[in-house]
Amino acid sequence: MKILVCISQVPDTTSKIAFTDNNSKFNAQGVTWIINPHDEWYALVRALELKESGIATAVHLVTVGKADVEPVIRKALALGGDEAIRIDADPEDPYTSAVQIAGYAESIGYDLILCGKESIDYNNGTMGAMLAELLSMNYIAFATKVDVAGSTATVSREIDGGEETDSCSFPLVISCQKGVAEPRIPNMRGIMAARTKPLKVVPAAAVNSLTNIVSFELPPAKSGVKMVDAENMDELVALLHREAKVI
Amino acid sequence: MPILVLVEHSQGTFKKKSFEAVQYAAHIAQSMGETVTAVATGTVAENELTALGNYGAQNVLHATDARLDNFSAKAYAKVLIEAAKQVNAKILITLHDTMGRAVAPRVAANLQAGMVAGAISYPDTNNGFVVKRSVFSGKAFANINISSAIKVITLMPNTFAVQKGEGSANIDKMDVAFDASDFAVQVQSVNKATGAIPLSEADLVVSGGRGMKGPENWYVLEELATELGAATACSRPVADSHWRPHNEHVGQTGGTIRPNLYIAVGISGAIQHLAGVNGSKTIVVINKDPEAPFFKAADYGVLGDAMEVVPRLTAAVKKFKQNS
Repeated sequence: MKILVCISQVPDTTSKIAFTDNNSKFNAQGVTWIINPHDEWYALVRALELKESGIATAVHLVTVGKADVEPVIRKALALGGDEAIRIDADPEDPYTSAVQIAGYAESIGYDLILCGKESIDYNNGTMGAMLAELLSMNYIAFATKVDVAGSTATVSREIDGGEETDSCSFPLVISCQKGVAEPRIPNMRGIMAARTKPLKVVPAAAVNSLTNIVSFELPPAKSGVKMVDAENMDELVALLHREAKVI
Repeated sequence: MPILVLVEHSQGTFKKKSFEAVQYAAHIAQSMGETVTAVATGTVAENELTALGNYGAQNVLHATDARLDNFSAKAYAKVLIEAAKQVNAKILITLHDTMGRAVAPRVAANLQAGMVAGAISYPDTNNGFVVKRSVFSGKAFANINISSAIKVITLMPNTFAVQKGEGSANIDKMDVAFDASDFAVQVQSVNKATGAIPLSEADLVVSGGRGMKGPENWYVLEELATELGAATACSRPVADSHWRPHNEHVGQTGGTIRPNLYIAVGISGAIQHLAGVNGSKTIVVINKDPEAPFFKAADYGVLGDAMEVVPRLTAAVKKFKQNS
């Protein structure tokens, strides 16, 4: 069984979010880039576990981006995986990135495609479903557990107010979140091995974006906290009722 | 060209957030001189469907195939794609929840439609078709223009207040030619917490952090939540320590919520946690550390020990409810 894991690079969670060019572009200056946590901690680690247990024969990592994303994909390879593919395109919008990855995936033929539930920068969470549609595959979103036996995956996923367990045969796309695996830290051997693992650069397919970002805004600052005496919770309730009007 | 909105029901009963989606579609339709067609799936009674008219739907397309009683992203997407083709719809709306988020991107990719995920505004059509959404896990907003002819929007639940009006929708049954692969995902079991309010739909949320000291102290938060009719949530260290289940974790790597009231108890307010909750309309922070950064992001603050303050707040809420 061949697995493809989709990797996105995102600003570190502690990055200061600021914009340039009249608030139309993200200010990447001084930003540390990391592997999107949902891709790394859950999708990638689960794929590696499936390889280690002999279920998967190959784990490939794919990302869409220019040469500057290569350090992050090497970091992913340090955790594991047989090879990485960088599709040489600017990730313009979720649709164009999905078309790029789908084109490559189709040429190889994967049984299982794993991605994180969303990236922590743009939070679209659309990659898995778009890939599934473009490749005519089934899709299970927001998995919290992924088990494979023979030609069937058994997947627990989050639903409103609970959890559902589904089963489905391959090929299949699954978006992964907390619960699927436990984060790992790359060891020195992995980091050394990653240096010589193949990183294929694939030319971009021609596709037009369907959306564009017009502008960014920062949330309005809070006007300041109103402190309430810990002995006087009646006052807090009164404020929540009369002033905030939330109860 | 009507605006399509996918509505979802639980065992035949529509939830408030589906009414919100219909009302959102109706608001857009009105500004463009169009109508709203709701798309419903599976077994649901006729009176439930006509009642969608109360929120602004003129018509309902009802895909009645009983196999749709179990969710399948592929099959649901096919229903919406067929409906869009049938009525030549140019704007398609779903909720930004576990169902809508699995269906809408499939529909968008199929129809080569630009998509805005998690809209928190009506589209601004003065210059293009621009919709606002939250980015960087709540640390900023982006205004996104959709340039394609067909447009897909997933609406963040709890964005607009729902107001029931009057009206009655016409129902048309819809036959969709499914193949076996559309139902290849088979539901083995469903485990829903009975009686509990789903976090994603809650107007009021009581949340606890490491300052709660341990799971044995959670009862004070649960008592407050019960008194308020609130859902419970937690910070990442709490979920990582297995004090609370993962699905209660809110923050950058957990869920993003936008309740009317978020009460944070014993949560210091790391930037990653704030990201998931700063869309809340009112934030109350209860913490014994006056230096907790969360106070800077709060509307109301209480300096004190959770085990003393929270039961006092619960008692005050109880008293308030008896007197009102």
